[in-house]
Amino acid sequence: MLRKTRIILAIVSFVMVTLLFLDLTDTTRHLFGWMAKIQFLPALLAMNLLVVVGLLLLTLVFGRMYCSVICPLGVMQDVMARFNFKKNKYSYSKAKNVLRYVVLFFFIIALLAGLGSLVALLAPYSSFGRIANNLFRPLVELANNALASWAEQRGSYAFSSIDIWLRSLPTFIISAVTFVVLFVLAYRNGRTYCNTICPVGTFLSLFARFSWLRIKIDENECIKCGKCARSCKAACIDFKNYTVDYSRCVVCGNCIDKCDKKHAISYAPVRLVAKAKKTASEPVDQGRRSFLVASALATTAAVLAQEKKKVDGGLAKIEDKAIVERSTPITPPGSISASNMAKHCTACQLCVSACPNDVLRPSANLLTLMQPTMSYERGYCRPECNECSSVCPAGAIRPISLAVKSSTQIGHAVWVKKNCIPVVDGVECGNCERHCPVGAITMVQLDENDELSPMVPAVNESRCIGCGACENLCPARPFTAIYVEGHEVHKEV
Amino acid sequence: MSKIINRRDFFKLLGGGVVAASAGLVACSGKDGQTTASQQEGEKGKMTFRTSPNTGDRVSLLGYGMMRLPVVGGGTERDHPDAAIDQEMVNKQVDYAIEHGVNYFDTSPAYCQGRSEEATGIALHRHPRDKYFVATKMSNFSPATWPRKESMEMFENSLKYLQVDYIDYLLLHAIGGSGMDEFNTRFMDNGILDWLVEQKEKGRIRNLGFSYHGAVSVFDQLLQWHDEGRYHWDFVQIELNYLDWNLANEINSSNTDAVYLYGELEKRGIPSVIMEPLLGGRLANVPDPIVAKLKARRPEDSVAAWAFRFAGTPEKVLTVLSGMTYMEHLVENIRTYSPLTPITPEEHEFLMDIAEDIFNLKTIPCNECNYCMPCPYGINIPAIFSHYNKCIKEDNMPTHRRSAEYNKQRRAFLVGYDRSVPRLRQADHCIGCGQCSPHCPQSIDIPQELHKVDVFVENLKRNGKIADVEA
Repeated sequence: MLRKTRIILAIVSFVMVTLLFLDLTDTTRHLFGWMAKIQFLPALLAMNLLVVVGLLLLTLVFGRMYCSVICPLGVMQDVMARFNFKKNKYSYSKAKNVLRYVVLFFFIIALLAGLGSLVALLAPYSSFGRIANNLFRPLVELANNALASWAEQRGSYAFSSIDIWLRSLPTFIISAVTFVVLFVLAYRNGRTYCNTICPVGTFLSLFARFSWLRIKIDENECIKCGKCARSCKAACIDFKNYTVDYSRCVVCGNCIDKCDKKHAISYAPVRLVAKAKKTASEPVDQGRRSFLVASALATTAAVLAQEKKKVDGGLAKIEDKAIVERSTPITPPGSISASNMAKHCTACQLCVSACPNDVLRPSANLLTLMQPTMSYERGYCRPECNECSSVCPAGAIRPISLAVKSSTQIGHAVWVKKNCIPVVDGVECGNCERHCPVGAITMVQLDENDELSPMVPAVNESRCIGCGACENLCPARPFTAIYVEGHEVHKEV
Repeated sequence: MSKIINRRDFFKLLGGGVVAASAGLVACSGKDGQTTASQQEGEKGKMTFRTSPNTGDRVSLLGYGMMRLPVVGGGTERDHPDAAIDQEMVNKQVDYAIEHGVNYFDTSPAYCQGRSEEATGIALHRHPRDKYFVATKMSNFSPATWPRKESMEMFENSLKYLQVDYIDYLLLHAIGGSGMDEFNTRFMDNGILDWLVEQKEKGRIRNLGFSYHGAVSVFDQLLQWHDEGRYHWDFVQIELNYLDWNLANEINSSNTDAVYLYGELEKRGIPSVIMEPLLGGRLANVPDPIVAKLKARRPEDSVAAWAFRFAGTPEKVLTVLSGMTYMEHLVENIRTYSPLTPITPEEHEFLMDIAEDIFNLKTIPCNECNYCMPCPYGINIPAIFSHYNKCIKEDNMPTHRRSAEYNKQRRAFLVGYDRSVPRLRQADHCIGCGQCSPHCPQSIDIPQELHKVDVFVENLKRNGKIADVEA
């Protein structure tokens, strides 16, 4: 009963969260956006007290149900573990207390110190978001493009093709390594990650110890067959002593289903549970650290073949735009400031998934690693869009109306004379002026004393909102003649 | 300049033709149960011919434009610029054309990325020299070919590639453009026109003429020289179709109505060679209500047949050029002219009404000739215009935000736009440098039209949000 309920709930919640990242339309994001917002760490960062208190109460009543049902990374590990078809794959082991409390300690320090990249590396929902966005989403996009070409042949507009591109190599590698490490851990030992590394798991375990409902072994009924322990993915059932480590139990209910003597093990209110003996902590298991080490190493090296553009001979070749190196990175409208972003972002990539204009991508900067940053080679922050602000669960990008967005300055355009087409090619241009949504660009004579001198853009920095229309549509390639410098703190113009 | 309908448009034309043909089939099989191959194919020996007053040439009313030759793997070089010309197919089609009376073949050193003359030569060389007339041009696409030496070389190369000792019809290519200055630089200052006249005296050119687009002052000036006896034009190639007959100037003030151009030539007894009978296929691909009107009149004729009949009806028209990429094009056109059923005065009035209908569509008058390409900044100009026009013609323009169809049409327009034109080649990337405009035989202000499309698309993108909220 417990197990079946848990599985059904887990599937429903997992599908909802996953769709947030994989749905190529914005339908599900509007329907299930709240699923991201009830994730523990995003809620904490968004100071969403209601959710945080709610989740703690949930844990105090049911134990770590959160880890089995709400956390998509937890559910994903359960799915991974199913690939191991061995019958008795688990056995009891003692809690790795030193490791998990040390990780939690550093995690809290990082959180307080605003070390977003370390926070993002450890946070479970963020890891899942990255995996979904970097590994699963391209597959969905591939399928979409196949459908799009099929639709095109049939003259249907039901599907439209999308660009599949690597937004950030470090983030991709971290996602891939996380995925592989998690798979190995889950395949071999079930919820190892959740009970040693995961800071949310460790934090919830502090409350789960005192949960009202808990798994209990009836010493009188138990025949010590050990089936419960061998089915326990949290390795928390010490059947020989009739004890369960509630700090690690994720209330999956597998043990209850496996028990031959149906009444020997049950999920029941605390007063019926015999006092469990506390087990002492054991030395740190070096092998379990592989996850962290591997992730850290992952940021280096590896090259991906550059996408080659197929060009029709009757058409001029178009060079790819070089990515501008900005002295201040641009953060999306609604993020208020770079520091607000750094403090709240869990790097879950939901905004990156949601961005329909190929603007957002994970940062490669070490301090803000994997947090969203903007660049305009593929598109610009279009005036009719505020998708990222509507999906962010962590308060890193606050909801922003289109009207406010259109007057929020996130950066300002900078003109680069040596690349400007009228100066270089001697032809008329003005494409930046034509497309500036706020009219911040005026075309002026390069030399005010020479009427024949080319017309070049003059940026009114006080009106510019930094949307990047000018940069994206600037014909100078690969080096743009106008680009946006980010602002540390956004302001209204 | 020989303007020939292109492949894509011919597909559309073909579509119309097939519909017409199969409509005929169904009708007939109901009546007598016979197959109607003869109805689909023009009968041999029935082709309408016109006689040139200068040389007495008996020219078929259908002329073969060699601008959009098929390439290996299907399509034309425009779609597959690196593919080789499908010589076997060219030979087959030229054979079929000659077999059915077609004897005028129009090429140019510029066509098919410079490969048309050679392919034409190979195909024609397999036939007796007195079975065909070949027309080629003194082209002016690249200023590098303008000096005297290079121009003479161009003519000698034409003879070499076409494998002939003389050219039947030689044209000064696409005169008009931006006025007399350019004409003088290209043909007068280097003495190349006089040299061509010499070649004609030597018998290496049998008929000397010009093809005309753009500034009417150049057309008038050249005819004045003809009147003064300074130069004699054996023929002139003009754009003529039922839309341009009275409306060319109204569509674009720098263009001239065909009724004037043809009238001036007829007055002087100069035979006209007709290009753009279909306006790059635009007259074969019209909105359904117009198709219905045309079909109601002559249910068994294709939409394109009306345009060909119109272009072939004036008596002083020597031949009507059509770029025929596929055998089906040939078959259909030969049928229309075997023999020609001239347009009656009443039908003429009817077509003038149709022209008014088409004019009122406000499509961009682009015939997708690709002369503007390649845009140095990578814009796919004809593809953008084609998509825009297509949505107008299909009556699928998302123009009314309150209409129930708006969201559907909007999606169709935007998704279709991305499919037809890669994002980086779309109108928002047009910088307005204007290097394309002088090349446009239709004198379209290309940057202005591109910016118009851009604004339309931009509004469409922005309105989506509002429309979604309202819906």
